[in-house]
Amino acid sequence: MFSYIVRKLLYAVPVIWGVVTIVFILMAIVPGDPARLMMGQRGDPETLARIRADLGLDLPIHKQYVRFLKDLVKGDLGISYRNNEKVVDALLTRFKATLKLAFWAMVLASVLGILAGIVSAVKQYSIFDYSAMFIAISGISAPVFWVGLLLLLIFAYTLHLIPGVGYVPGDWRYYVLPVITLGVRPAALIARLTRSCMLEVLTQDYIRTARAKGLHERIVVMRHALKNALIPVVTIVGTQVAELLSGAVLTETIFAWPGVGRLAVEALIARDFPMIRGTVIFMAIIFLVANLIVDISYGFIDPRIRYD
Amino acid sequence: MTKKSKIGGLWYEAWLRFKRNKLALVGLIMAISIIVIAIFAPLIVPYDPFEQLIWKEGKEARLAPPSLKHLMGTDIYGRDILSRIIYGARISLQIGIFASIVSLIIGVPLGAMAGYIGGVVDDLISWLINVVFAFPFLLFVLAVIAVFQSPSLRIVYIAIGLVNWVGIARVVRAQFMSLRDREFVEAAKALGLPRRKIIFKHILPNAIAPVIVQATLGMGGIIMTEAGLAFLGFGAQPPTPSWGLMISEGQKYLSIGKWWWAIFPGLAIMYTVLAFNFLGDGLRDALDVRLKR
Repeated sequence: MFSYIVRKLLYAVPVIWGVVTIVFILMAIVPGDPARLMMGQRGDPETLARIRADLGLDLPIHKQYVRFLKDLVKGDLGISYRNNEKVVDALLTRFKATLKLAFWAMVLASVLGILAGIVSAVKQYSIFDYSAMFIAISGISAPVFWVGLLLLLIFAYTLHLIPGVGYVPGDWRYYVLPVITLGVRPAALIARLTRSCMLEVLTQDYIRTARAKGLHERIVVMRHALKNALIPVVTIVGTQVAELLSGAVLTETIFAWPGVGRLAVEALIARDFPMIRGTVIFMAIIFLVANLIVDISYGFIDPRIRYD
Repeated sequence: MTKKSKIGGLWYEAWLRFKRNKLALVGLIMAISIIVIAIFAPLIVPYDPFEQLIWKEGKEARLAPPSLKHLMGTDIYGRDILSRIIYGARISLQIGIFASIVSLIIGVPLGAMAGYIGGVVDDLISWLINVVFAFPFLLFVLAVIAVFQSPSLRIVYIAIGLVNWVGIARVVRAQFMSLRDREFVEAAKALGLPRRKIIFKHILPNAIAPVIVQATLGMGGIIMTEAGLAFLGFGAQPPTPSWGLMISEGQKYLSIGKWWWAIFPGLAIMYTVLAFNFLGDGLRDALDVRLKR
């Protein structure tokens, strides 16, 4: 088990290196002078030269790259052009808000998706099945930001049940709409997958045996079938993290949610390249870590998986 | 199963299976309807999508609610929203098609090389696939676009293609891995054919079905990404009638109850994405393709 985790971690290293390098190359080919971007029109030649030297921009590109990697290993992602804030500090502060949003969205999506999937499978071709699957396919096909605006229109602007956009840490009412917005897509995917996996499992021999033993249908479904049906569902939770992070960019923008996604958009608008670089690298690493956790947790759910 | 039993063989049988699938047919009809609307947009539109009707119809044409005259209402400049949505189909399909072409141009050769040659080449390409896959799709596209000073539709589809190719490459790689040891490939090798000919003339035609399915399913994601980019201000620029841009422009007026500007374009996106998802699912079942995600 331990060696499996170590091996997985070692596999992740070249991927992270690739991510970091691609982002470095992208930001290096951006036209324009960062020193000018920082100083605007005010900077005199000496100041500009000093800033370039501070940032290492006067070095040849390969030396800049080595310096960038060295800083990165030390956990230093540079300084924002916009407000001289350390990129790492900004990321860590903002990530708390994103984590809260993504966590509750995933909880909502899992609970709703798995429940709807089970009922749809058990009552296949019922009205519930048809309407749940119709809602699911609509949820997958609707753009995240549009769903958010639709919810705002209905619940905030028309029915006045919930305040509009904004973020008040302790106030749950501000969580409702962003969490639903971000959770719709994963909920729909989980519902569809749970349904199809359940349907497959329910036709297997051991389920017939369980029923033949005279077990209550509820126990057959919830204890015997669900356990096996959920294994593939866990897989997509991992891939959903990437989509969730992309979705967070849009959701946070609509709801003025102070997370990493909105930080990325703000940085893009301001052409704050150290911050753009930081957010992209940060999110890619979050994605890799999340998938690592999913890989490892397989073993606990599926005893057939061997770690060698 | 006997192959080539009828004219068209595999494709004929696939069509028979496809025809029996109701959702697939619905998807096909929906997709054709969008393509027809996009092609004949100038003939269908009730108004010029760029014309500001306030000059002709007066102040009532500003943010007019849906009515018989303007089925989906008008925007703040007095432009007919239905006409703009019809023209928007052109933008979405254009981006969808061109981004898919870019993805295929990158993804097919790389996937083929990884699957056919194997070894270090496969390790390298698989590493690249994993790296690109680790980026959140939208954020990476945004970062690519940020490199250019001003976003244009061409940059949008190139940027999307630069990220989207990994799905294609994965499918092609898996196909080539399973096909490279078949007898017909052995035969081609024994004949002394050059590697490029074996890859493109002998294996690729046999691997084409999953690529078509993957590309069709990818269309929805591309169209959604284009809309997201335009919504954030990094895609199509005003006055382009892009659906995502229209939602972005209309969102300010939601809180005062003028909902039609932002809501109708979203329905158009949903309809289009749904069409390609149904079509892709239908093709997958009909061509009997198993895709790993």
